[in-house]
Amino acid sequence: MTARMEQRFADVAAEGRPVLVTYFMGGDPDFDTSLAIMKALPKAGADVIELGVPFSDPMADGPAIQLAGQRALKGGQTLAKTLELARLFREGDKRTPIVLMGYYNPIYIYGVDRFLDDALKAGVDGLIVVDLPPEMDDELCIPALAKGISFIRLATPTTDDRRLPKVLENTSGFVYYVSMNGITGSALPDPSLIAGAVARIKAHTRLPVCVGFGVKTADHARVIGASADGVVVGTAIVNQIASSLTEEGRATDATVPGVEALVRGLAAGVRASRLAAAE
Amino acid sequence: MNQSPKLNSFRSGPDEDGRFGVFGGRFVAETLMPLILDLQDEWNEAKNDPAFKAELEKLGAHYIGRPSPLYFAERLTAELGGAKIYFKREELNHTGSHKINNCIGQILLARRMGKTRIIAETGAGQHGVASATVAARFGLPCVVYMGATDVERQAPNVFRMKLLGAEVKPVTAGNGTLKDAMNEALRDWVTNVESTYYLIGTAAGPHPYPEMVRDFQAVIGQEAKQQILEAEGRLPDLVIAAVGGGSNAIGIFHPFLDDESVKIVGVEAGGKGLDGDEHCASITAGSPGVLHGNRTYLLQDGDGQIKEGHSISAGLDYPGIGPEHAWLNDIGRVEYVPILDHEALEAFQTLTRLEGIIPALEPSHALAEVIKRAPKMGKDEIILMNLSGRGDKDIFTVGKILGMGQ
Ligand SMILES: Cc1ncc(COP(=O)(O)O)c(C=O)c1O
Repeated sequence: MTARMEQRFADVAAEGRPVLVTYFMGGDPDFDTSLAIMKALPKAGADVIELGVPFSDPMADGPAIQLAGQRALKGGQTLAKTLELARLFREGDKRTPIVLMGYYNPIYIYGVDRFLDDALKAGVDGLIVVDLPPEMDDELCIPALAKGISFIRLATPTTDDRRLPKVLENTSGFVYYVSMNGITGSALPDPSLIAGAVARIKAHTRLPVCVGFGVKTADHARVIGASADGVVVGTAIVNQIASSLTEEGRATDATVPGVEALVRGLAAGVRASRLAAAE
Repeated sequence: MNQSPKLNSFRSGPDEDGRFGVFGGRFVAETLMPLILDLQDEWNEAKNDPAFKAELEKLGAHYIGRPSPLYFAERLTAELGGAKIYFKREELNHTGSHKINNCIGQILLARRMGKTRIIAETGAGQHGVASATVAARFGLPCVVYMGATDVERQAPNVFRMKLLGAEVKPVTAGNGTLKDAMNEALRDWVTNVESTYYLIGTAAGPHPYPEMVRDFQAVIGQEAKQQILEAEGRLPDLVIAAVGGGSNAIGIFHPFLDDESVKIVGVEAGGKGLDGDEHCASITAGSPGVLHGNRTYLLQDGDGQIKEGHSISAGLDYPGIGPEHAWLNDIGRVEYVPILDHEALEAFQTLTRLEGIIPALEPSHALAEVIKRAPKMGKDEIILMNLSGRGDKDIFTVGKILGMGQ
């Protein structure tokens, strides 16, 4: 069920602040380090975890996440191992929702039914699959919903009012608003434009709306969080991991603490955001 | 009751969702989806608009140089001692390959849609050159993404693109070949979706590209059919073309698909052999998957990660294939076979010496298959091959391999 996701959004809303969604790439730079990162995220203040599934051809990602995927693949990461990461995390944390984010082909090759069963067993709550628009809902979205896994859709600046109902139709969990036409890691656009877009989407749905792409600092999190139900931070975390690695791309003692420190700052940002809005 | 198990036509695809059987579709990010739907509407309008058709034909005749000749390869036929071999001479088109047929069509669409900037991906550089050419002709800025490996091995085409005013952006991700260039072009498109038209160079990608590119290239087969009927009074027994993404092949195949007597063969890049990873035989050695907007045969590992292919020819160096080919393979209408690098290289030299035509390395693959099959066929049989491009771009690569460099 998506109970865990609903509960988390409800709990955070009751605190009067937006949700902090943190993305990192499963297996970057190796399995054990990424498990340690995953475990550190909620402790540092992350509310929802987006677990990246590496793909050889990440068409919607900028250089930072492309490189993270390459490091993970080089380290032997697979979809099966990413599910294993989720399962090991879930043993110690029953409450933080996990959303798998990636591209369709690895899931298609794994087999949709087998994947959904294994994901459910591993404690996965939702899926974001970049290259499955509503037109392709029969592939994965409908089967996922039938099994009780949320299918979180991306809405973008090109998703106009005419199209929005179609995009929202089978969406569950939350709506992920992509702040600009572009790839991950681009610069954050004017926050007032984003606030307008969030309001537009909220007029069509009762689901929470989280904003991602371009949110990198505590200050961004604070400003965007003033109008959105949540903020998604990805590239900043991935960059933080990359900057801590050795020249050969191995983890160091600074890798996990670096992520923790960054996320603590972002968590402070979301906690300050409604205060800012109330001012 | 009509219980015929046969399809009544092999030419009716795709359906309205862009599917050829289970292949094709629209697997793209949401940002691109509204644009892809717009493109589909525009294309549906354009293809029924007599003015569009007239402009296409006019540019075809006066700018590209259509119809391209059908040529009887007399000496090659005599040498092989079997079937009569005809070439559809797409290498004589303006810019030197079939790629321009599609580019002219798509730039007219881009203009109809009010787009002000063109992007393209290229492998061999032929599509890049054709895109840069039509962009110059219609006064639009053009950015071409090209794998860094290909920038090196297709240097003459890089220079041509630059002369034509295009910006060539080398892509270093992956192996630096066509698939990486396509990823980067898609990233550009997502970022500049409002202003930019993505001019895809082959019959692949999200719907409506596979259908649209096929229809722009089908002029090859339509002309060839008429020309062979004029020359021989009958249809060919065998039609052959090389398959990268599959645009020149589907262009010559499509008008013949419903002619039962015509056997059709697509030639994939067998590289250094199908045993290892150094080939690009997506159908012969791949499996169905989803990449670049469509479901089709791909070279991939057990985790669904796409492999980097290899071919001596940059234009065939793509680990996928257009979805219509995937379907034509599965229903058994077209046979797909691999040709190795060295076989293509030998065919390249044979044609050069016997007919005085320097072919591109891509159609040299088709030619190698012709060389295998013609001697086994009767002298009264006819082979039609798509000579999709000329080899000027490849002379340095070939010269280096043959030790003919300075
Ligand atoms: C001359 C020529 N033939 C064939 C190809 C392969 O592409 P397609 O399969 O789309 O015809 C290329 C691609 O660059 C080419 O330049």
